[in-house]
Amino acid sequence: MGRRLSRFIEQARRPWSDQRAEIVLGALSGLVLLTIFAMVVFIFAKAWPSLSANGLGILGSGHDVDKQLGDIYNSPAGEKNFVYTLNAWPLIYATALTTVLSVGMGIFISLFAAVFIVEFAPESLRRTLNPVIRLLAAVPSVIYGLIGILVLVPFVGNHLISAQRKASVEYVLTGGLSGASLLVAVVILTLMIVPIMVALNVDALNSVPRAWKEGAVALGVNRWRAMWSVSVHAARPAIVAAAVLATCRALGESIMLLMVSGSVGFAPNPLDGITFWFEPLRTVASTIIEGADSLATPAYARTMYALAAMLLASCFILSFAGWLIKQPLKKYGRGV
Amino acid sequence: MSTFRVPPASGTIPPSHDPFSPPATEKRRRVNESLSTWRWSDRIGYAVAWAIGLGLCAVAFAIVGFMLFKGLSVLSLDLIFSSPQASADQRNSGGFMDPILGTMILVVVGIVIATPIAVCAAVWVVEYGRPTWLARFVESGIEIIAGTPDVILAVFGLALFQQKLFAPLSFTAQGGAVFGRSFIAAGAMMSLIALPMVFSSTREGLQAIPRHVREASFGLGKTRIATIRRVLLPSVRTNIGTGAALGMGRIAGDTAIVLLLAGGTLLLEPQGNVPGVDVLTGTGSSLTTYVFNNSPAGEGNAHDKAYAAAFVLLLIVVLLNFGVDKIARGRKSAQWKT
Repeated sequence: MGRRLSRFIEQARRPWSDQRAEIVLGALSGLVLLTIFAMVVFIFAKAWPSLSANGLGILGSGHDVDKQLGDIYNSPAGEKNFVYTLNAWPLIYATALTTVLSVGMGIFISLFAAVFIVEFAPESLRRTLNPVIRLLAAVPSVIYGLIGILVLVPFVGNHLISAQRKASVEYVLTGGLSGASLLVAVVILTLMIVPIMVALNVDALNSVPRAWKEGAVALGVNRWRAMWSVSVHAARPAIVAAAVLATCRALGESIMLLMVSGSVGFAPNPLDGITFWFEPLRTVASTIIEGADSLATPAYARTMYALAAMLLASCFILSFAGWLIKQPLKKYGRGV
Repeated sequence: MSTFRVPPASGTIPPSHDPFSPPATEKRRRVNESLSTWRWSDRIGYAVAWAIGLGLCAVAFAIVGFMLFKGLSVLSLDLIFSSPQASADQRNSGGFMDPILGTMILVVVGIVIATPIAVCAAVWVVEYGRPTWLARFVESGIEIIAGTPDVILAVFGLALFQQKLFAPLSFTAQGGAVFGRSFIAAGAMMSLIALPMVFSSTREGLQAIPRHVREASFGLGKTRIATIRRVLLPSVRTNIGTGAALGMGRIAGDTAIVLLLAGGTLLLEPQGNVPGVDVLTGTGSSLTTYVFNNSPAGEGNAHDKAYAAAFVLLLIVVLLNFGVDKIARGRKSAQWKT
């Protein structure tokens, strides 16, 4: 045994032939593709009982999601008796709502911030802004969540929501309006995705050739116009890519949203006016995290896998859609 | 970049100017276009850009200042070096040494798995990359992994490590059900978070090395792999280091994977008989889950502990992220002439 081992080590230490190295390195790279494949297979295989039992009904609405999840968790023993019925619309709607609102705001803010950093910020401010953006991108989501739940949520609950408003939802929401709300969720989620988008947009705007902008200025356009009509237009593919990446981040954000959004399976209704912003919710990703301790129950675990499968599918579709959108835009830019 | 300069008009140079003497240091006229010539919409946009830039600075300083204030007011050495205790009272619930150790174990396991694979993949994609379609697939695959939410990775890890094949890596219950949760499992999934960062920074480093460097090595009779080992890898060492540090920062800050895959015990609880390895196959917590559990959203509801742990976590993450600058600046790799 020891002899064979030492011979093996000796052989491995000898300089490798190129062919062998290529195969080994290629196989290791192929491991990445294998991992993605395994991820899809495992999650969909585990999710299948729940997905097939629900069909498209899983996207539907009309029932209390939290009660359904409770029933699934308490479903009687025995494979045949498992309850899978789930209408996850409130969770999906909450995910879409937080994502769309924060990415929409994020695109606006990050574009202005990137233009400011690239073109208008004085040198000293630019040198501060670069580490600031990196810092904001590096702060773990649980710290954003902690600040949200200990600072923003009490503030919103105590100062922004009037007693009258709280009374108005008494019969609809059992938990009432505590301050853990759509508003806080969207604000912090925006803060979390903006730095990622700013960093990518700054790179894109910086890689637009200087001469293009100078050409525009020479034609008599002011700097602001030159920036928007030339640089931002040329950088559109990268801006789309940044938005897609941010959307994936926002879709998958779990822990922060679980902390600040009240964790109630409720679909905020835009028809409620201002109250809409103060209504609690729970996204798909935070539902999975919240049930971390209950995953030993097979029926419940399969339901969570079904939610994860939906999330995974939407992320893949998004990446593909982003790629599709980028194709015609590339004609105008330099493929930055 | 901030102002466009125009060269001095030719009329300003005196006709008797001697072409061989250095030009008179004439002050260049700067064109400062005044905002008053701008349209209102442009002026509003300009103001919004300033406001957003300053606002981001203000938010960052507020967050750091707040965490610094809260953290320093509650942090003590005692908290760092004592283990957590289960207690309803905040004063008796101990410190967070175990979560700190947990975070370190996860970071080490994650980066040890991620770095070799990422470096190999980057080397293969840049240096070999045949067949081309496979190389493109690998690149987009890594992009997909980078875009996959951590919850998905956590759930995938649970499904994967509950297979019988991986039973030795975690705790197996009496009926043969594999628990699937351990530091190894969590660390393996963490490596998927760090992998794209190491990969992209290594790839960038390799792509920045000009062709003639490789050709010089081939000219000396070295094979491709010898060139990679002796020439290319040493010169992208800083890139690998930068990517690894960024990846470690991401690992330290991740919550979802730890929550689902590290077992959810507050203390490090070894499983198995081999000393040293038993910690890896055992369960525990990390700083992130400690913060979560002690926030009002978890069970603990101990604000001071949460702030103190969050402060330590922020410190670790910031050190890892800004230590990157130090690596990059301290060891400037060879400057190639192109």
